[in-house]
Amino acid sequence: MDPRTTSRRSFLTFAAGLPVAGATLAACGSSGPTSTSSSAAAGGGSAAAGSGATYWTLTGQPQEDIRKATVARFNAANASTQITQTLFQNDAYKQKIKTALGAGQGPTILWGWGGGGLKSWVDAGQVDDLTSWFGENADVKDKLFPAAFGAATVNGKIYAMPAETVTPIVLFYNKKVFEKVGVQPPQSWGDILDLVPKFNAAKIAPFSLGGQSRWTNMMWLEFLFDRIGGPEVFQAVFDGEKDAWSNPAAIQALTEMQKLIKANGFIKGFSSITADSNADQALLYTGKAAMMVHGAWTYGGMKGSGGDFVTGGNLGYMNFPGVDGGKGDPSDSVGNPAQYLSISSKATDAEKETAKKFFKTAVLDAEEQKAWIGAGNIPIVQGADSLIGAGEDADWLKFQYSIASGAKSFAQSWDQALSPTAAEVLLDNIAKLFQLSISPEQFATNLNATIGQ
Amino acid sequence: MSTLAPPVVKGTRSANSGGRSGSLGWLVLPALLFFVTFGVVPLFGVLFLSFTQWDGIGDIHPDGLNAWRSVLGDPQLLHSLGVTFLIMILSWLVQTPASLLLGTFLAGHQRYRGFLAVLYFIPLLLSSAAIAITWKALLDPNFGLGAGLGLSFLQQDWLGKDTLAVGVVVFIVSWQFIPFHSLIYQGGVRQIPRSIYEAAEIDGAGRLRQFFSITLPQLKYTIITSSTLMVVGSLTFFDLIFVLTAGGPGDATRVLALDMYKRGFMANLMGPASAIAVILVLVGLGIALLLRRLGGTDQTDSMLEGA
Repeated sequence: MDPRTTSRRSFLTFAAGLPVAGATLAACGSSGPTSTSSSAAAGGGSAAAGSGATYWTLTGQPQEDIRKATVARFNAANASTQITQTLFQNDAYKQKIKTALGAGQGPTILWGWGGGGLKSWVDAGQVDDLTSWFGENADVKDKLFPAAFGAATVNGKIYAMPAETVTPIVLFYNKKVFEKVGVQPPQSWGDILDLVPKFNAAKIAPFSLGGQSRWTNMMWLEFLFDRIGGPEVFQAVFDGEKDAWSNPAAIQALTEMQKLIKANGFIKGFSSITADSNADQALLYTGKAAMMVHGAWTYGGMKGSGGDFVTGGNLGYMNFPGVDGGKGDPSDSVGNPAQYLSISSKATDAEKETAKKFFKTAVLDAEEQKAWIGAGNIPIVQGADSLIGAGEDADWLKFQYSIASGAKSFAQSWDQALSPTAAEVLLDNIAKLFQLSISPEQFATNLNATIGQ
Repeated sequence: MSTLAPPVVKGTRSANSGGRSGSLGWLVLPALLFFVTFGVVPLFGVLFLSFTQWDGIGDIHPDGLNAWRSVLGDPQLLHSLGVTFLIMILSWLVQTPASLLLGTFLAGHQRYRGFLAVLYFIPLLLSSAAIAITWKALLDPNFGLGAGLGLSFLQQDWLGKDTLAVGVVVFIVSWQFIPFHSLIYQGGVRQIPRSIYEAAEIDGAGRLRQFFSITLPQLKYTIITSSTLMVVGSLTFFDLIFVLTAGGPGDATRVLALDMYKRGFMANLMGPASAIAVILVLVGLGIALLLRRLGGTDQTDSMLEGA
């Protein structure tokens, strides 16, 4: 058929042009997630005969080089008991280790995140109880941060050696924005609620949040639960106590959370922002948001992408402040308390001996500690702060160390601590809570149903 | 299965008086083989899994009707079904008139149309994931198109408000698939004999009258074909929504396919996920059958008299 009018034709021409323009614009837009992981090294499955051991861990820089170097040092010093190391990409490892354990093809030393994942290995009888070994080797245990042992402990017994680094969640803020608005960083939850209208009046979002990722919202609840009711509130959930989510402290924390959301405490559109794209960090360093609660790992990203934001001293950081009248200790922290190494119960005695020797002599030795500091991380070793030099990141490293060593409780991220089934329900309900589509009571009811799963 | 070699079939046909269609039955074999291997067999596998408990890695335990009970007793199922049908209906309502008009327009032979047709088909060349990432970046309220151009009406929380997010999904789905359906309608319109229009012109029918009295009725089966593709296709929207909103905000855009994925691969509940997969298949089959019914039973007959 013919076009009815010329105006219709020009309208259609415009309509046709729009998508193209859109695609071009987006191509110059935000940069996507950057992946530094290289492909997993192949082979190296079952243990070699003799007294050597196998060790599976993750790829990804800068951790990968540090992990390789530690094993290389051990192998150089122990010619008769070699460790064969195999590295996997993060998500591939999660699948691979489960199938390998199920098939009896697992390594001697298993790298893990502790918590719920470790518990599933313990329940399946796959890993050895190391409690008595730590009793005999008190020097190894005393060398490490006590808080790191929480996620290594299942039913009162230690099933893993805490290793590598601690990454707390902290409250970052943009000093320039605080100066511009003429306010001081918050000292309490009450201060946070008071700051919200001030920033909103200045057309600056109080908090940046990548809410679509869901675990980003979870970090807020982790802090509020701790500050209001202490670490025992979530511990009760972890221990599978009936109706643990209905604890009055939990309900109060959830209510306070929704209070902040209703007061427009978060950036407009937070529920469609993902943390993978680093847009939440960009909001902070571009000054569109004043504060952000996020993992210590975002420091590197903001330093790399934020121009002179970090090097110019505009990034402020502090532990999450306390809630007035709350039971929790404001020194408590949450995040990744450590990474964990377990020994397979299916390994031979000789392999287990090699693994224990590796734990005692090589893991977090002086060389490895230096390497972690150099990469901007805090190894979970008492006194590691003495290794912090006077570099440009020294203040940041000292701050992380003070949080990690000073925390009476260093809670593990909830989604890591719980089983995958319960974690998915948790994240789902957190998204709805932040969307204000469910009440704190409904949240508690929905999650009580998952206790014990 | 491959014993029916063509020469043998030929012999059978010459001997058999009325077996013209039966003798060509072997033609269906390659497609049948693929369908059984990649369609029917996995379907039975999923049906079996829906009666088991499996975390995707460990051992598979028989679990009776527990997976079905947990799925059917979960209000999430009704919600996901509702969202699925809402997106299906809305995207049909947007796509059908738009692609019908575009297809009719493109079926003409005037200048610029070839050029415009190429432009319209660009979205069809992009993968759903790329489209989702592109639109997500454009719609970002802080760094997107609205913020970049300083247009405040574009600076909505597009993917963060329940109704807006559903609207955006429908819009992007339509943006992506209207070119495809326009192509179908373009073909349909070109099949309509010129003579019908000429007769109508002699009788004094205007453009509008011609469209509603000739083009639209003649396109009846094209509309049914295109609608079936739209409706059944919208049951399986996954990649676009997964990348764009991940089912959010909350669960506002969590369609059935996404719910299945979340249960199976994120919560490690393969039993309930398989039950949802079975439900998806049944709903899809039901709708396809219903649409066939609507189209009458003589769908293979031509609308053209004497053609």
